[in-house]
Amino acid sequence: MESGSLPSPLRGGAWGGGRRPRPGSDASGVAPRETAPKSAAPFSAGSPSGPTPNLSPQGGGEAARLDLLLIAGMVEPGSRVLDIGCGDGTLLALLRENRGVDGRGIELSRAGVSACLAKGLPVIQGDADTDLADYPDDAFDYVILSQTIQATRRPRVVLEHLLRIGRRAIVSFPNFGHWRVRGELAFRGRMPVTDNLPEAWYDTPNIHFCTIRDFVALCRLLGARTERAAALDAWGRPVRVTMPWWVWNLFGEQAVFLLRRGERGG
Amino acid sequence: MVDAQVIARDCSDRVREAEHPRSLLVRFGPDRPLALNAGVDLSPFQIAYQTYGTLNAQRSNAVLICHALTGDQHVANAHPVTGKPGWWETMVGPGRPIDTERYFVICPNVIGACMGTTGPSSINPKTGRPWGLDFPVITVRDMVRAQAMLLDHLGIESLFSIAGGSLGGMQVLQWAASYPNRVFSALPIATATRHSAQNIAFHEVGRQAVMADPEWRHGRYLVEGTNPHRGLAVARMGAHITYLSEGALQSKFGRRFQDREAKTFSFDADFQIESYLRHQGLAFVERFDANSYLYVTRAMDYFDLAADYGGTLATAFRGTKTRFCVISFTSDWLFPTADSRATVHALNAAGASVGFVEIESDKGHDAFLLDEPDLLSAVRGFVGAAARARGI
Repeated sequence: MESGSLPSPLRGGAWGGGRRPRPGSDASGVAPRETAPKSAAPFSAGSPSGPTPNLSPQGGGEAARLDLLLIAGMVEPGSRVLDIGCGDGTLLALLRENRGVDGRGIELSRAGVSACLAKGLPVIQGDADTDLADYPDDAFDYVILSQTIQATRRPRVVLEHLLRIGRRAIVSFPNFGHWRVRGELAFRGRMPVTDNLPEAWYDTPNIHFCTIRDFVALCRLLGARTERAAALDAWGRPVRVTMPWWVWNLFGEQAVFLLRRGERGG
Repeated sequence: MVDAQVIARDCSDRVREAEHPRSLLVRFGPDRPLALNAGVDLSPFQIAYQTYGTLNAQRSNAVLICHALTGDQHVANAHPVTGKPGWWETMVGPGRPIDTERYFVICPNVIGACMGTTGPSSINPKTGRPWGLDFPVITVRDMVRAQAMLLDHLGIESLFSIAGGSLGGMQVLQWAASYPNRVFSALPIATATRHSAQNIAFHEVGRQAVMADPEWRHGRYLVEGTNPHRGLAVARMGAHITYLSEGALQSKFGRRFQDREAKTFSFDADFQIESYLRHQGLAFVERFDANSYLYVTRAMDYFDLAADYGGTLATAFRGTKTRFCVISFTSDWLFPTADSRATVHALNAAGASVGFVEIESDKGHDAFLLDEPDLLSAVRGFVGAAARARGI
């Protein structure tokens, strides 16, 4: 897909529905000629090549930078990082240049992989749902899953792999508990379709939405420890961490968690 | 059908090419034998090769192109026997992804082949006659060992990059495993670290077709003045099917008739696909030696990189600093994507820097040779980034 044909919701917020279209949709249609969308979003984990629009999960440019920097700030300099759903490699390139990271990536779309290769980033075309099992334990210092977990078939298994492969896992996702989503459901009785969540329920690749509290519950179930957590509001500003969970869950449009696995068997 | 005189003339042209190629040539005398996996030394021997572009002062911009089973050194120039364009002119040339204005490209003919590098149709110095089946069985490792000697001869210590598809990709992987410090970046395309049972099976059918031709004369056809072109053509026809895909055959030929309106109730080439395959067979025997076909297919069958490293593929690449870009094609059923993924997993396990992309194409295995824009752009991006990292 040429970047010029991207729909306006590309500039949408945390609801950007275009995360990781399923492999079936990626494989269909005529292969694109562009190596990458020129305006690819920093967290473009989705398929720029598929028929599903490649949508940014972030707000406008400034908010996107904040989100990007928030994740990058959680990564220790000089560490080994695996970015799952790395899109066109913007985050990996940032980590390489600013934090001296030895970064690797997995990306579903061929166009995204090609864009990464052209940046000299070692990125493998693959699928978080099927390929993580091949990675050994503790292979990386950090495994990053940005705006992708809600599009996986088995989020729990994926998260388990993250905690196994990396000494730390960084997961960001759109919060389905945000007040605007709740409003759509409560007052219209419909699945939310807004500028920020542009796809109808039958079109979206986001098949496993969760709220921040849901995610925290899953982490607890898996014995994962939260080392840091942050929520960003609709403008990409951090929700103050002194706030109680319910505030995050209501006003955080997206959340970022830095996780570590608990004691074995614990 | 086949015009015997045409075959004879083309055959003599080809035989001359085996000994006196219209290529650059380096001869390795008795002081520099090629130690083969078969346990014998090949000596003397020669390597025919082509080069394009200019080696820079730092000698840091050399790219080795490895050809496939029936390829040769004429990667980016007209073929001296057939007059057809080079086999990878979409990839290699001025302004191409492997840009001969930036890089010094070397493409040697492999050991065992028939375009000037020593093979079974070369003259055995002990007898003064073509080697035939007296030629030792060679391996991919032997091919690569010979190429390393060529680079030594050219004074090139380290390759900026090495690229190849199919058998060429096997050589790329062998190079990376055997000479990790001499390979800065590597592009194994549409290939595998070992030949599958199915692929060995196809090769065996091809070899049996050659050997079943009475003119093969147990490999002595050059001495006896015969030509097993029918057997070789059948081998090529069978192999050619494996290079394509069911979808490509259906869309290109379907059930369409060849120059006729209806079935002829005979065994003529009623269908376009039959005519096409017969043409492929005939065109092939014009430029390829039957015994070379046996030897080079055998080398591919024997290829199993993990087996040489204690059965663990990752061991072959342990500690490598080479940057890899592995590429496969969706419709390639000869070297399916699963093979490339196995390579990628091993490289990952070895901690190597590896990129992998699966190109969407309905062209089957041969897609790597064709004008596939996604392939070309992926290679261009990877090679360009590697060149920046190398300071070229």
